[in-house]
Amino acid sequence: MIITANGKQAEISGQISVSRLLEEVKVEMPEYVSVQVNDEIISRADFDTTLIKEGSVVEFLYYMGGGVYPC
Amino acid sequence: MLSLSPELYGIMLDHARAGLPNEACGLFAGEILGDEKIIKAVYCLKNTDQSMEHFSMAPEDQFRAVADIRKKGLALLGNFHSHPSTPARPSEEDIRLAFDPALSYLIISLKDAEPVLKSFLIRGKLAAEEPVSIVRG
Repeated sequence: MIITANGKQAEISGQISVSRLLEEVKVEMPEYVSVQVNDEIISRADFDTTLIKEGSVVEFLYYMGGGVYPC
Repeated sequence: MLSLSPELYGIMLDHARAGLPNEACGLFAGEILGDEKIIKAVYCLKNTDQSMEHFSMAPEDQFRAVADIRKKGLALLGNFHSHPSTPARPSEEDIRLAFDPALSYLIISLKDAEPVLKSFLIRGKLAAEEPVSIVRG
C-alpha cells in the first residue's frame, strides 16, 4: 500500500494506525509529534484508532518551541 | 552551511522586531545542494506563548506552512526564533525542545543595537554552531 509521508512516497504493509506508522518511520518521541492525515489534524487521543489508508497523505511535525524556562 | 538573501533575512528581522517585547518565531524552507542549505522561503508564525522568554508554534500554523512548502517543491530546513534580550545562543530549553536533528535552528538576538543571527544544529542534546551567510542572489 502506497502513502505519502512528509512529502515522500512510502510503502506500508497494509492499513495501520497513526501510532504504528510513527513507529515504522522511527519517530523517537511521538508524544511531541502532531499528525495531519489528508489535511485533517489528528488528536493525539486518536492516534491508536485512526487508520492510514491507501493513498493517504500524512504529515507529521515535531512540536517546535523553546525558551529560558521549562514548559 | 546555511545561506539566505538579505530580503529573507529582512523578513525574519522585521518579524522579530514586530514581536517585541515577546519572542517571535517561524519556519524556513529551501533547497539542499550538497552541504549547503539555501533558504528560499520564510514563514512568520505566531508565538502562541506570547512570552518574552518562551515560544511555541501552533501545529495548524506549521501544517499550513508545510503545505505551501510542498506546493513550492521546497524542503523544510528549520525554524527561527528571536531572543529579545539575550545572546544568539540556544538555551537549555531550546536544546531540550529541538526534537528534529535534521533541522537548522536559527536565533536572532535583539539584545544589542545590531542584531545577531546565528544558526545551530542540535543533535543528541548538543548544539553546534552552523555557518550562516547572507548573500545576494
